[in-house]
Amino acid sequence: MKFGIVVFPGSWSERDMHYAVADVLGYQAEYVWHRETSLKGFDAILLPGGFSYGDHLRCGAIAAHSPVMAAVKDFADSGGFVFGSCNGFQILCETGLLPGALIRNDHLEFRCEPGSLRVESSGTPFTSQYADGDVVAMPISHGEGNYQADEETLAMLESNGRVVFRYVDQDNEATPESNPNGSLNNIAGITNEAGNVLGMMPHPERACESILGSSDGNPLWQSIAVAVDGGKT
Amino acid sequence: MAPIAQELLDEVALSRAEYEAIIDRLGREPNELEIGLFGALWSEHCGYKHTKALLRTLPNTSDRLLVAPGAENAGVVDIGDGYAVAFKIESHNHPSAVEPYEGAATGVGGIVRDILAMGARPMALMNSLRFGPPTDERQRYLLNGVVSGISGYGNCIGVPNVGGEVVFDASYAGNPLVNAMCVGIIEGGKVMSARADAPGDLLVLVGAKTGRDGIHGASGLASRTFQEQAEMRSAVQVGNPFLEKVLIEACLEAIELPGVVGMQDCGAAGITSAAVEMAERSELGINIDVAKVPRRENEMSPYEVMLSESQERMLLAVKPGAEERLFELFEKWDLDAAIIGTFEADNRVVVSDGPHQASSTAVVTLTDAPEYQFSSPKPDWLAELQSFDLATLPDLEITPNEALLKLLASPNIASKHTVWRQYDHQVQNNTVIAPGGDAALLRIQGTQRALAVSTDGNGRFVYLSPRAGAAIAVAEACRNLACVGAEPVALTDGLNFGNPETPDIQYQLQEAIAGISEAASAFDIPVVSGNASLYNESAGSAVQPTPIIGALGVLENVESQVRSAFQDDSDVVIVIGADTPWDTFDGLAGSEALAVFHGEIAGQPKFDLDLEVNVQALCRSLIGRGLVKSAHDISHGGLAVAVVESAVQGNVGVTIEHDAAIYDWLPALFGESQSRIVLTCNRDVVDEILGAASDANVPATQVGTVGGDHVQVADVVNLPLATLADVWLNSFERVTSG
Repeated sequence: MKFGIVVFPGSWSERDMHYAVADVLGYQAEYVWHRETSLKGFDAILLPGGFSYGDHLRCGAIAAHSPVMAAVKDFADSGGFVFGSCNGFQILCETGLLPGALIRNDHLEFRCEPGSLRVESSGTPFTSQYADGDVVAMPISHGEGNYQADEETLAMLESNGRVVFRYVDQDNEATPESNPNGSLNNIAGITNEAGNVLGMMPHPERACESILGSSDGNPLWQSIAVAVDGGKT
Repeated sequence: MAPIAQELLDEVALSRAEYEAIIDRLGREPNELEIGLFGALWSEHCGYKHTKALLRTLPNTSDRLLVAPGAENAGVVDIGDGYAVAFKIESHNHPSAVEPYEGAATGVGGIVRDILAMGARPMALMNSLRFGPPTDERQRYLLNGVVSGISGYGNCIGVPNVGGEVVFDASYAGNPLVNAMCVGIIEGGKVMSARADAPGDLLVLVGAKTGRDGIHGASGLASRTFQEQAEMRSAVQVGNPFLEKVLIEACLEAIELPGVVGMQDCGAAGITSAAVEMAERSELGINIDVAKVPRRENEMSPYEVMLSESQERMLLAVKPGAEERLFELFEKWDLDAAIIGTFEADNRVVVSDGPHQASSTAVVTLTDAPEYQFSSPKPDWLAELQSFDLATLPDLEITPNEALLKLLASPNIASKHTVWRQYDHQVQNNTVIAPGGDAALLRIQGTQRALAVSTDGNGRFVYLSPRAGAAIAVAEACRNLACVGAEPVALTDGLNFGNPETPDIQYQLQEAIAGISEAASAFDIPVVSGNASLYNESAGSAVQPTPIIGALGVLENVESQVRSAFQDDSDVVIVIGADTPWDTFDGLAGSEALAVFHGEIAGQPKFDLDLEVNVQALCRSLIGRGLVKSAHDISHGGLAVAVVESAVQGNVGVTIEHDAAIYDWLPALFGESQSRIVLTCNRDVVDEILGAASDANVPATQVGTVGGDHVQVADVVNLPLATLADVWLNSFERVTSG
């Protein structure tokens, strides 16, 4: 199992992702520079959080046009697993690999805090090691994580089980109070139609050890490994 | 020849006597460029004219010390397992007063580059902020601007901001304080130096293009007082955190290349200070050609290029022939870089603009800034304030319950989580204890170790007793470390004072630095770095003298860490450092309760350094032995506030009771006497803890039990936890949202 972790100028989750998948879980992982055009040899591609290219213009907008993203598109089109969190999710939306957009948090502030997420579907290659309805702790850290889509897209995402993670409160309810950024339907993460691309605002790589407050992010990487080759390191 | 115009001297903050000294040294009148160079290098900000002699008295030795204080951009200490830490605090007060967002943002950027220059990866930020009362709209504007600036810049560069302090007092209304601390980690002893190796080494500038921004930042903004600070807005720089992030990664890769021998950040006074300091440290001269400096504006004069404080620039000293690989690396990161000079054997600073020589002076002439010594007497007004009789305060017409709620709602005591949640405090995957704990705790990946960091300062205490107050700041910063179980290893100090040309401020400076020195010696730790920000005044009125102490601690085993939150029902509450939970009238000196309920800042804070050292050692030892379930020091708001904070954090009530009766509830509940820590433990280890305290010669007393859903203190306070939580957690947002 070998993860490729894309590095854009301005990324800052790439080392944390590397730590989570390689140091904590023992999978192979390599960095992929943003000018790369080939993703040969990788089983899954991870797009990290941060401020790629300074997030000039719009979050993820410039990264979407980088050489590596053309390769990531091809990789996804041919069925490869692609995961993006935070800025990675924004880039996936800007690239068109995922529908909708992430706009400024409704309260207009950057927010870094513990997050409580409900696993809405364990039937994806990213969530097989969770159970439906599990409530998992993964922190958020973003200023523009407010998920928006038109009504039709939203209905399609909901009815096709493509909303994978939802922000919930301590009673497992998706309430306005538990919504940290104004996202429609408390959406924290979605997949593409084929199910091989997942984007989410929370940071599973920060939930990798109990000493840091949670290890609930690890099953996500393990799920990918299971989907690739049965979970071998 | 006509004497130089006063206006011109004011612009660079040189006195007429200093100007005469320059003529004397040069044997001629300085030209325009040279006036700028001297103004920058002899500024208070770069030259430490009024503090150098005092700073020399601070403890500066330790077995852990790898880079001595003052030798480089930041001191470096060994923390074991092959790791070293560089850390430093720096102020950006004046820029933040003028333009809060950019002032604070570039303050973060500047301190990060100081740490980067040591070859360290920046791994944590903290900041210590002071404003006037937030009930005032202008103060809220400053607060929101500063917090947004720290958030906007810090979050973008991938360095966790793990907390700090936000304090309000009317004395800061015209002159807020913005002090930022950065902690960086160095693996395998690869400490970088800000020096060249030999004559012929190249001086490389990398990062942002140079513009006209920030000219006179050091000599102007930071080195004199203003009636109208708005007139200096053009001296505030604009930050680009994306560029900073790229610069961090590129420079950390660059120092791995062969032939890259030195690194230095461009901070206050830009290329002038950075290049001349490098030359001085290297005991070499430097030739700089300003025509080679990449620019973003046309027709800049040598003066403007040399004094620009454009952000996100670093200087490197590189062996000839090594530049090719270095430039390839910078190209990979899309960074502008240029060779702008060479180090020479002649010990002169030569500035040229292409073929035209603009200045040539000896290095030592520029760097040997005058040093002012003083010994000013204690002002009469201070003696009067200190003799204020705290026992004769008028009775309050509120109940203890009402008083507790009012104090919890005070912006100085209410939880600042609405500030900290705007800072990314987790990136880099090391944050074990996040903002809101007594100290922040960051583990070192691949080891059992963790670093504890804390900043502390209490302007009111220092105002009322400069020596004791400054010693208390050191003690409290270290006490915060002790409360998570960590041992202090080094300090950094940010000295924020008024105009040092006045006797009262001189008295505050000399006493406060003596206090820091006494306390640091008692803890046997060095002050490894720091910054002096003077002239913090507006309309002739100085801020409270505010030394901010940043403390760095090491916890050998991260698993042994303890937090401030109460844990389980039936845990026993013990206060160490006092034989009764109830404080006395002395504890009201400079306290928040005295300010909130009586509108007074008066009295004389008392402090027993020997007791303090023993209390902290005991706390660390008890935590190390695994006997302690929570620890929280008693500070702002006294015992009552300390137990409410721990109760709310742990979401469990507490009952505090003691044989001794409460005669005066105001000091008993809210006094801020030092050297006291609230511990909790399992019932079966109470005797062991009390015995250890007795052996350590530290008074300690069992004072209550964790449990229930109320906070009850003797027969004077009884309030539901939910009410207390609402007031403590939400009051700050209520006040600051206007």
